[in-house]
Amino acid sequence: MSHYEAPIREPLVLGHKSYHDITEDIARPIEGKANKNWYIAFYISLAAMLWGFGCIFYTIGTGIGVWGLNKNIGWAWDITNFVWWVGIGHAGTLISAVLLLFRQKWRMAINRSAEAMTIFAVFQAGLFPIIHMGRPWNGYWVLPVPNQFGSLWVNFNSPLLWDVFAISTYLSVSLVFWWTGLLPDFAMIRDRAVKPFQKKIYSLLSFGWSGRAKDWQRFEEVSLVLAGLATPLVLSVHTIVSMDFATSINPGWHSTIFPPYFVAGAIFSGFAMVQTLLGIMRKVTNLEDYITRLHVEYMNIVIILTGGIVAVAYATEFFIAWYTGSQYEDYTYLSIGAATGPYAWAFYSLLFFNILTPQLLWFKKIRRSFMWSFIISIAINIGMWFERFDIIAIVLSKGHLPSTWWRFEPTFVDVGIFIGTIGFFFVLFLLYARTFPVIAQAEVKTILKSSGESYKKLRDGKHE
Amino acid sequence: MSSSKVIHAFYNDDEVVLDAIKKVKAANHHIEEVFCPFPVHGLDKAMGLAPTRMAITAFMFGITGLGVAIWLTYYTMIGNWPQDIGGKPSFSWGENMPAFVPIMFELTVFFAAHLMVITFYMRSRIWPFKKAENPDPRTTDDHFLMEIPVHDNEKELTSLLKETGAVEINVVDKH
Repeated sequence: MSHYEAPIREPLVLGHKSYHDITEDIARPIEGKANKNWYIAFYISLAAMLWGFGCIFYTIGTGIGVWGLNKNIGWAWDITNFVWWVGIGHAGTLISAVLLLFRQKWRMAINRSAEAMTIFAVFQAGLFPIIHMGRPWNGYWVLPVPNQFGSLWVNFNSPLLWDVFAISTYLSVSLVFWWTGLLPDFAMIRDRAVKPFQKKIYSLLSFGWSGRAKDWQRFEEVSLVLAGLATPLVLSVHTIVSMDFATSINPGWHSTIFPPYFVAGAIFSGFAMVQTLLGIMRKVTNLEDYITRLHVEYMNIVIILTGGIVAVAYATEFFIAWYTGSQYEDYTYLSIGAATGPYAWAFYSLLFFNILTPQLLWFKKIRRSFMWSFIISIAINIGMWFERFDIIAIVLSKGHLPSTWWRFEPTFVDVGIFIGTIGFFFVLFLLYARTFPVIAQAEVKTILKSSGESYKKLRDGKHE
Repeated sequence: MSSSKVIHAFYNDDEVVLDAIKKVKAANHHIEEVFCPFPVHGLDKAMGLAPTRMAITAFMFGITGLGVAIWLTYYTMIGNWPQDIGGKPSFSWGENMPAFVPIMFELTVFFAAHLMVITFYMRSRIWPFKKAENPDPRTTDDHFLMEIPVHDNEKELTSLLKETGAVEINVVDKH
């Protein structure tokens, strides 16, 4: 029995499925017509996206002055959103790479969508530093290209440049990892397609995948090596993002625990976003048999773990800020000064959404409830946004010189661009959900016999 | 021309096709190709395929990327125009190296991942606008297809394949 799995493990594929049923289920959302809800969601997202683009054009046409930034607070919503979106991306790579190395079968139902989320989130993240340049047409200056300014090169000592390399490597490697995994599934859609146009498109997308034994052998090794490369890569990306802060000499930013704490926070927020997206998607695409209660519970367990790491990091930051006895540390984002100052609302929002709310997941009933998981995931998304806002805006609002103390107030442009990126993200995700195989069906077929409900029952002698 | 004739045997179960390959191999027949809808564990070994060297190429491309990063940081920051940036020593590459570790890591991964995937696409002959070569559309859904060349032994092969559990057997002229 090559497909044995312990009976105590819950099935990952529910119902009485054959290989062909899986094909049918995954192809259905692509071959069918979109329903009314899809169109409503799509048009709302599209409107938000266009509004955001308008705000971006206004910013570029007029100047960064249209944002709420000032002399002291030179980073605020823009970099908050940048870090937030990059962090969200991390769950996708974690699911597809780290869980592949750990041979976790449950990743197969969610890795495709989680990776799509990664790629779309990193698109949004990448927008912010480029807009923040003010003159985005000079964006190529971040690359080490020979130029006319004497032999002036980019500064490889700077964490901002490390970020350029980390994020572009991350985006491009995630994209090829995702696409390579998609080839057999696009081929499946291609071979089923009846409309000539559809057949043409999916032939193009599938790169002529034929599924020879040798192709599969290479495919499996390439996937394994890519997972091995993507695992340290994903950890490096948020480490380097955290170094944008940690290598500076600002009190509140100059902190050695930032790299591991940021990575844990990124996975925490990313899994929350996966919960949000899949909670809706399993319903609208009728994939409840593949994205089950068990998948939701496993993701919630990762959320408790990474949320716990984040909570310990907060406590450490708070304690150390107090323990230094330095007055400059008394207005870092986790300090008594922050808890009693004008940003107290942001301070308590952070604690409420990020530390208190996720503790509900210790209860098995809540952890296995779709509705509760969805609500908590939204809370964590908000909480993680506040974390970055607190780190950036609270720390910068009180510098070493009291006469420079100032507060940050966002303008409608700051808010508009943020809403625009959320709209852009959902536009991409909704289009993806209608045109891509949203579950890695070839991979799910490999675990059907070991983890499918009907096969498990058959093996355990419990015939229906 | 008997040599261009091939048998296409269809199977609809991964365990059955694996046993079938072993039996056909044991009967000393050459298996030209097996098309699968999903990877089957141990199928490459049963067919006698040589192990793939993709991981080795990734290692070599990674070393290349590391070399490029070392050269790039040396040339731009030390050789071509050394500058005092935040007091970080720029007299020699070795002294400045700790600041270059992230770049060295990222370029290693970048080269290893992309060049390995390109190698995979070239070796398996998959790229945009390439026409698919699986003989039957069912092989990306739920059927496995074994292709065996016929050398005046059509009857013998057909009965052997029937025995191994093939659900459909077609003899086709390949060209």
